[in-house]
Formats: sequence, C-alpha cells, structure tokens
Amino acid sequence: MYFITLSMIFHAEPIEFVRQPGLGAPVWRGRAADGEDLLRFAISVHRHQGRLAALWGEDRRQQGAGYRLHCVFALDEGWPWLSLDLAAEGDRCPVYPDLSGIFPAANRMQRATRDLVGIATDGSDQRPWLRHGAWPADWYPLRHDAVHEVGMGAGFANFPSDYEFVKVGGEGAHEIPVGPIHAGIIEPGHFRFSVVGERVLRLEQRLGYQHKGVEKLLIGADLAHGARLVGRVSGDSTCAYAWAYADAVEAACRVEPPPRALHLRALMLERERVANHLGDLGALGNDAAFAFGLTQFMRLKEDWLRLNQQLFGHRFMMDRIVPGGVVMDVDAAALAAMIEQCGVVRGEVRKLRALYDAHAGLQDRFATTGAIDTALARELSLSGMAARASGILLDGRAHRQGYTPPAPYAQLGVRPVTDERGDVAARVAVRFDEIYESLRLLREIALGLPGGEIRVEVAPLGDASGLGAIEGWRGEVLVGVQFAADGRLARVHPHDPSWQAWPALEHAVMKDIVPDFPLINKSFNLSYSGADL
Amino acid sequence: MIPLLRHIFRTGILTEPMPEAEGGPQREIDRLHDEILKVLGRALTIREIDAGSCNGCELEIHALNNPYYNLEGRGIKFVASPRHADMLLVTGPVTRNMENALRIAYDCTPDPKLVVAVGDCGCNGGVFGESYASCGAVDNVVGVDLRIPGCPPTPLALMQGILAAISTTK
Repeated sequence: MYFITLSMIFHAEPIEFVRQPGLGAPVWRGRAADGEDLLRFAISVHRHQGRLAALWGEDRRQQGAGYRLHCVFALDEGWPWLSLDLAAEGDRCPVYPDLSGIFPAANRMQRATRDLVGIATDGSDQRPWLRHGAWPADWYPLRHDAVHEVGMGAGFANFPSDYEFVKVGGEGAHEIPVGPIHAGIIEPGHFRFSVVGERVLRLEQRLGYQHKGVEKLLIGADLAHGARLVGRVSGDSTCAYAWAYADAVEAACRVEPPPRALHLRALMLERERVANHLGDLGALGNDAAFAFGLTQFMRLKEDWLRLNQQLFGHRFMMDRIVPGGVVMDVDAAALAAMIEQCGVVRGEVRKLRALYDAHAGLQDRFATTGAIDTALARELSLSGMAARASGILLDGRAHRQGYTPPAPYAQLGVRPVTDERGDVAARVAVRFDEIYESLRLLREIALGLPGGEIRVEVAPLGDASGLGAIEGWRGEVLVGVQFAADGRLARVHPHDPSWQAWPALEHAVMKDIVPDFPLINKSFNLSYSGADL
Repeated sequence: MIPLLRHIFRTGILTEPMPEAEGGPQREIDRLHDEILKVLGRALTIREIDAGSCNGCELEIHALNNPYYNLEGRGIKFVASPRHADMLLVTGPVTRNMENALRIAYDCTPDPKLVVAVGDCGCNGGVFGESYASCGAVDNVVGVDLRIPGCPPTPLALMQGILAAISTTK
C-alpha cells in the first residue's frame, strides 16, 4: 500500500491532500497557501460537521524556513492534517488567523501555541494558557534558539501571576475558587465558580499546573526515549499514547508492524479501556454517596490490573507498545487466563449494573445532571466516550460511512455505543456498554491472535513526518511526529482529547448546583497532565 | 436492598495481610497499630498532593483504598486538607507552576510532618528531570523524609514506604 499515494480534495476546497502511508488511521496531509486558505478550509470542515482535532506550532528556522502551524481536523473520512507556513520576522510573533470563532476548542490550543512556540493569532483572547509566570513572556521554550540555563527553572524566576477570569456580576453573585490542589487524590487545576446560592452560573477553568515541558524534552530525543516520554503524557492512557506515537513513527518511517503486534496492541488498549471504565464507574457511585459501588468496582479493577502485571509485567502496561511493534508476547496460557477473566468480569459487571439501575438515589443524582446536547458536543469538537454519550456516533475503532478503521479493528467489527441523553447517566451507561463491548473484543482478539513476529526494526527517516490517531478510553489521542535530518525527533506533539472536553465540562456544570460538580467532573474524568503537557 | 446485601455478603472480606515495612523487621498488624498510636497518638492522616505527575501514581494511590489493601481499614486515612494531615504524600516531578502551591500546602501542615516523595519523578525527577517547567524531585522544593521509587510504585510498595516512614521517625 505504501507506494500508492492517494490524493484527495475535501468539499471542493482548493487544497490537495495526500494520504499518509502505513497501516494506521486515515490521515491526509495538505498545505495551506496562506491564512485565508486555512480559514476557508476550517469553515468548510465546520459546515460539514467536522471537528478541530489538534493544533500546534513548530519552529522550522533551522531548516531554513520560518514557523509552521499544524491543524488536524476530523471529518467522516478521517483526519485532514493541514499545515501553514509562517515567515519569521526577527523576534516578533508571526500571526495567523484566529480559528476559535469557528471552533471554540481552538482557543486554548492557540494560546498554548503562543506560550510555547511564539506564534500568535489575530484574535482578541491573548491571555497566556500554559505560561503562569515561571518563564518570561517573550521567551518561547520550543524555539530552537531559546537561550536558557541548565537545571531547575532554567535560570528564570518564578513569579506568581494574575489571571483575568471573566467576572460575573449581579446581586448575590459570588465566586468560589477551587484549587490548584483539590480535596481528593486528583491532579491539580484551578476552577473558578461564579454562583448564586448553590446554583452555578459559570465555571471557568485555569489549567497548566501540570505543565512539565514534555514537548521540549521530545526535541532531539531518540525514538526509544520519545516512546517513554509520550507514554507518560497521561498515565491512565499510556497504551493509547504509545500506540498513537508508534503509528506516527511507523507512518513517517514507512514501516509496517506485524499483524500479531497490532492485535496485541489492541488487546492492551482494550484492557486499558476496561480498567479505566471500571475505576470510574466505582468513583461515580462514590461521588453519589454509594460507597458500595466504589468498593466493588475497585475490587474488579484490582483483579484486572493484577492480571496485567502477571501477563505484561506492568499493571498499566507502560512501555509495552513501541515503534515497530510490541516488546512482549503472550502465550496460550496467558490468553486462556484473559478469556476466563473476561467472563468473570462480565458477570460481575452485569450484576453491579442491575444494582446501579435499581438504586433510586443513585439514578436521581445521575439523571439530567451535567447535560451536553448533541449540537453543543459537535460545536466543541468533542470526541470519544463523552461525545458518544451526547449522541454522536463517533468511534475511531468502528466503521462508519466513508471510514474504515485501521487494523486490527477493521476485521473485529466494533459496535460503537451511544446514548442520546448527554448527562451523567448517559456517560455511566456508555461506560457500562463499552466494558461489555471491550470484553467481547478481548475475547475475539485472544481467540483470533495471528502468529508470527511481534516487532520489526524501525530506522528513523530524516525529515519525515507522521500522525497517529488512536481511540483511547477517554477519546481521540493524536500524536504528530516530525523527524530532523539526522533521524532524531525534531518535534512531537501529543494531543489529549481533554483539550476539547475541558471546555465541555464548563458547559455541563452550568445551571447545576455546586455539589453536583464532583459527580459531573468524574463522569468525564479528564486528564490534566494530558492537556498541560 | 436485599440484592445489595447479598452481593456484599457474597463478595466477603478480601483484605490481605499487611506487608513488611520496607527494610524493617517483620511486625504484626497489631504491633504496627500500636506503633502508629505511639508516634501520632491517633490514626495516621495523609494529604496526597499531585505536584505534576502523569496521573499514573495517583491510580496506584487510589488503589490503596480498594478492599485488597484497605488502607483506611488500618487507620491510615486520606484527608482533604493539609491542616488535617500528619503526612504529605507528594507525586512529581514538581512543576514550576505547582512549586508555590506545594510550598503553601507544606507550610499549612502541622508539625511534626512527614513528607514522602512518590514515584521515580517525585524521587529524582524521573523522565522529566529539571527544566524551565520542572523543579524535578520533590526534595528540590520541600524537605523529604522518605522516597518510594517506581513508575508508578505498586500499591504494595506504597504501603511499605508509608509504614517505613512512620517507623523510622518515631
């Protein structure tokens, strides 16, 4: 398939796209001539109910060029990846058109791109996003010529910064600031609630507390170190990230992983999905004061993780998926153990679901709470479990009109789960049904596991680039990879579905009451680290 | 209600025996409880602070309260405020955006406070190290009494580390 280059025109827009080679998700690569071109294409994607999947910037001055803006859109057919070159003008920030008027999800990505790369939009919201005050406003960490010292803080003072929250006025309106350190065992972030009584008028998030400079560490890294870093962008989705990274590298280097490796990757990804759904279903019960649910689901999750440890040598299967394949094989006994466990867990989850469904107090908390309707979910470019719970039939693993999922999912026939309600109850229901579906898939994969190699050599290809897209348990995980001429990584951008889902949470909590926030938050269970990078 | 109770009854008690404290001598659960009481005069309370982790460590810290490890059943409880805590369980690397918040939480914790750094990143910065965005090890920001390495450390390693921290500072 490599040598056939497919070109594609989307919606009669003048940009010609070329299909990325390889076995991964259908990605088309295109170049926008100018800002107008980009804007027109974005409008066209929006008109066809497409989404903005990711946006990031790249400093290409070392290659004798300027800066490059990358926008990945999502359409029914797959992912058009559009790049726009921007000329460098001394130290000034090159400017490109603001996309947030078309795709609200662009706002934070654009602000982060400015903070890190120093390319800006012509829009009105120029507040920093990831930069809080730990480095100067005119210093951009992802520029190649960013001068800094080695070690903690890179020689910059850490100034506390003020952030301009949108103020809500009126009689009785007041603010509740929460975080960055939250009351539970959870990642840090700041939530500013504007409330009247206990009713939430507005929630504004300020994130970036987990920003640990992953993208800068990826510049100049080799393939193996890149895999370790990308596998730690969001620990609960390590398999999804590792696979997306592997897909991107394999597409760039024109390598096909062996079929057995692809099946083993799917096995790990589905095990990761089940583990997270089990944990969240328990926590959702707990947040509605049903501690029984937490205990029961955490027990199942622990059994699940212990089998991961036994079979893959790691409870979360970190570093098991690498470019070229996977690092470890499973034998027949392991597969049998997995199949047996799937049966046990299915039975237990069915019983627990019956108990959840019959519990009036629980259902009262779940139903109509934190609702997002289909139109809003589309508007916010939502993907994954949360989008499906708002009635959008969108799953990178499943067939849909004009879209064939990448191997091995194409032959597995994934049945995506949706729910029209969009509330906490819907997200609970989708999680239950996705557990059943993943258990079915795990059985299919284990029974039909092809033989052969599990890994092939990957030789980095100078100046090549690729994009991987994987349907993780939370949603669409994307990783864009650009190699330098010497075969090291020049730029890697890992993209978490939480970028799009965090603003959805702001909408979901509106009109509900403050005590419902933990429940609504948990029903999404978004990654802070994944979006803070 | 009856199906619920039946389910609880059928599940039974899954809690496993306590592990040995890391590097310490074998001790019985009762003696350990006495030990905790001697050191702290009551049960141990922990405030967990994620100062920049990838959330992998948090998954395992969550697991400590599942019925197998049942940490709370042993008198070790996670609390919502550093003001209620005897121990800070800190995951890292400490991002520079969290540096200040961690210091404030540390200052809010009453003496004598124990600080345990969790995970490779909390112990030495891990894959993220020190940079413009990262302070690296927890030790670089607040004093640390004990380190629990691992990526992430297993619940068993976490329990051993917590017990070791208590027994070495009595």
